[in-house]
Amino acid sequence: MSNGARAVRGLLVATGAVALAFTTACSGSSSPSSSSSSGEKVTLEFAQWWEPELPDGALQGIMNDFQAANPNITVKLLSGPYASTKEQVVAGAASGTMSDVVGLDGAWVSDFAKQNAITDLTALMKDNGYDDSQLVSQVAIDGKTRMIPVINFVYPMFTNTDLLTQAGVSAPPSTRTEFMDAAKKVTALGNNTAGWVLPLSLDAPNGVQNDVMSWVWASGGSMLKDGKPDLTNKAVTSGTQFVKDLWDAGVVAQGSFTMKEQDKVEEFTNGRVGMMIDSLAHINLIKKENPALKFAISAIPAEDGYTGPRGIPYASWGIGIAENSKHKAEALKLVTYLMSKDVNSKLSTLANAFPGNKESKPDFSNSDPLFQQVFDIYKAGTPANEFVGLPVSEQLMRDYGEQLQLTLNGDESVSDALKNAQAKWVAEF
Amino acid sequence: MSALAQSAPLSHRDPAPTYRRPLWPRVQRIVTPYLYLLPTVLLLVVLMLVPIAMVVGYSFQDNVITNPNPVFVGLANYGTVLSDPVFLTAVKNTAYFTGVSVAAHMVLGLAFAMMLNSPLLANRTKALFRTVYVLPWLFTVAIIAVLWRMLLNPNGVVNYLLTAAGLITKNVEWLASPDTALHAVTFINIWAGYPFFMVSLLAGLQGIPKDLYEAATVDGANGPQKFRNVTLPQLRPIIISMALLDIIWTTQQFALIWMTTGGGPINVTEMLSTFTYKLAFSSYEFALASTSAVIVLVLSMLLAFVYVRYQRARD
Repeated sequence: MSNGARAVRGLLVATGAVALAFTTACSGSSSPSSSSSSGEKVTLEFAQWWEPELPDGALQGIMNDFQAANPNITVKLLSGPYASTKEQVVAGAASGTMSDVVGLDGAWVSDFAKQNAITDLTALMKDNGYDDSQLVSQVAIDGKTRMIPVINFVYPMFTNTDLLTQAGVSAPPSTRTEFMDAAKKVTALGNNTAGWVLPLSLDAPNGVQNDVMSWVWASGGSMLKDGKPDLTNKAVTSGTQFVKDLWDAGVVAQGSFTMKEQDKVEEFTNGRVGMMIDSLAHINLIKKENPALKFAISAIPAEDGYTGPRGIPYASWGIGIAENSKHKAEALKLVTYLMSKDVNSKLSTLANAFPGNKESKPDFSNSDPLFQQVFDIYKAGTPANEFVGLPVSEQLMRDYGEQLQLTLNGDESVSDALKNAQAKWVAEF
Repeated sequence: MSALAQSAPLSHRDPAPTYRRPLWPRVQRIVTPYLYLLPTVLLLVVLMLVPIAMVVGYSFQDNVITNPNPVFVGLANYGTVLSDPVFLTAVKNTAYFTGVSVAAHMVLGLAFAMMLNSPLLANRTKALFRTVYVLPWLFTVAIIAVLWRMLLNPNGVVNYLLTAAGLITKNVEWLASPDTALHAVTFINIWAGYPFFMVSLLAGLQGIPKDLYEAATVDGANGPQKFRNVTLPQLRPIIISMALLDIIWTTQQFALIWMTTGGGPINVTEMLSTFTYKLAFSSYEFALASTSAVIVLVLSMLLAFVYVRYQRARD
């Protein structure tokens, strides 16, 4: 064989290899799970953002226990930050390569259910004889459960005890009037302190859910009527007007329009704001960053005279099973394992969150006493997050956030903003 | 010999292979160049052509990815996107952001390059300045965004310095105020991008023959006249190439905007890139996002066409 022919043959082989590599890469794995054809050994993929947020090795430890109890099942954790997990799950839903078990946020559920990317858990639980009465809540679309909240993070009100005391406020406010009064007094202290902090960034618009709608839910109000948008009702108008009044009174920390949740926590941690509504998960972070900061936690103030149960916003680490999974029964085993009384207690203790199983109880013996205090507030109130299960809920928050920014900027009235947001929401629904 | 051959019966002729090259080597010779090209072509097709064709295809369907059975809708998506007021705002913002950024990159880059090329500075001083001036270019976008978010925070260093200097009496919300946000992100982009111009123009300045300046001096030209009649014409090819490239890059800027303002407040910093991203990953309107992306692609191709034509004309 001549050198030229050898070169051509080599090139052909190389080209073939490249083509093969591309074909393999482009086709992807048609099934995310691998198992032997006999079905004896099953590998489940579990995509979530929880592992990086838990203590090192904690989630893997729980998976090891599960594998020990179910020797035929191996769990492969696919972990990443929240945002990249979301992108990964969206891409998996589109291409039919979603991991068998996926960590879900309530805000994503409706869209995945519409795509039929996550399976109907109601039927699956029934087929496998699982008693769902022990679950605190389930997220259902059209009567079919698509997500089970594994643990819940609540968003109570944090108050800077030192600032409030300096301002002459003896106790955390419990009504809107008291809150306005306290916010004004803290702002009057000067030195760049503000009464309240409101993150309204449009790239991460969850401030609308946690910091604005929480005022509505705390007073028993709702932004929905029969599952459809109802932003122009009295409760939402009153809540939005209250936020506008706080803004006009100059008690909101500067930079709101591009502020994100982490900026809010930073402002509070640095002692520049008197009050904020935030996730309980941040207690340890605040204490670590500023050990000298004295703060208290209480329920979000309600409208004056309101005596009903207070809605407390929450966010969940939810779980679902991919429709394209070939091992749904095994996937359900993993889900029910995580929801079992003891494992769920352990997970909620590790994450400083509240359990998704009614019988589970987090162990606060080694935690900050504030956790026990908030657990009591949580049990006395009602978990409220109406964005869970809504279609394109992030976009809904953004639509409302844009209108709220226009109102706060003085470009339109509260009623016009709510009308415009309502029209956008109706279109999205 | 030739007469004998002619007289011989046709069936007795020697077989052709003695004189004609065999088929396989000829095929090999024709095919070989294409085989060498094949890996590159394959890469281009898989990584460029197929995705572009898919996105263009998506833009003609009612919705894709989230909808398992998309329907062909012709140009309807283009009508929806082009008549969206936020899209028009995004076009205006992108034009302002790009225009001001490129102009400022050019002016600053040229000014710093001339300073670094000046014989008035000692070599050590030049080296120090060169290192300092080129720093912004070495940071990744994420670092730049975090850095400037902190600097421009209402309680940040910039407001502190301006207050200390007596220039402002109240903290300014640089990135959070609808009045200042677009200017602020443009400023950050200028800061991040001028070193590229500076380095390229410095190389250009160092390549200008000294005798041109000497001739101008002999002709009685002063400093500004030398700059106008010698420096600028000599740098013109570099300036035009850089400006065209910068326009293409700046119109596609996404990360900086997303990490500083997210397109807000309201929509005063909404760019074509953020508008497209929100359609795809917030509204899950992948068909509309594809439409917006195709419009951006067409605009970029026009610029790229101008750039290539200019380069050809130069060559």
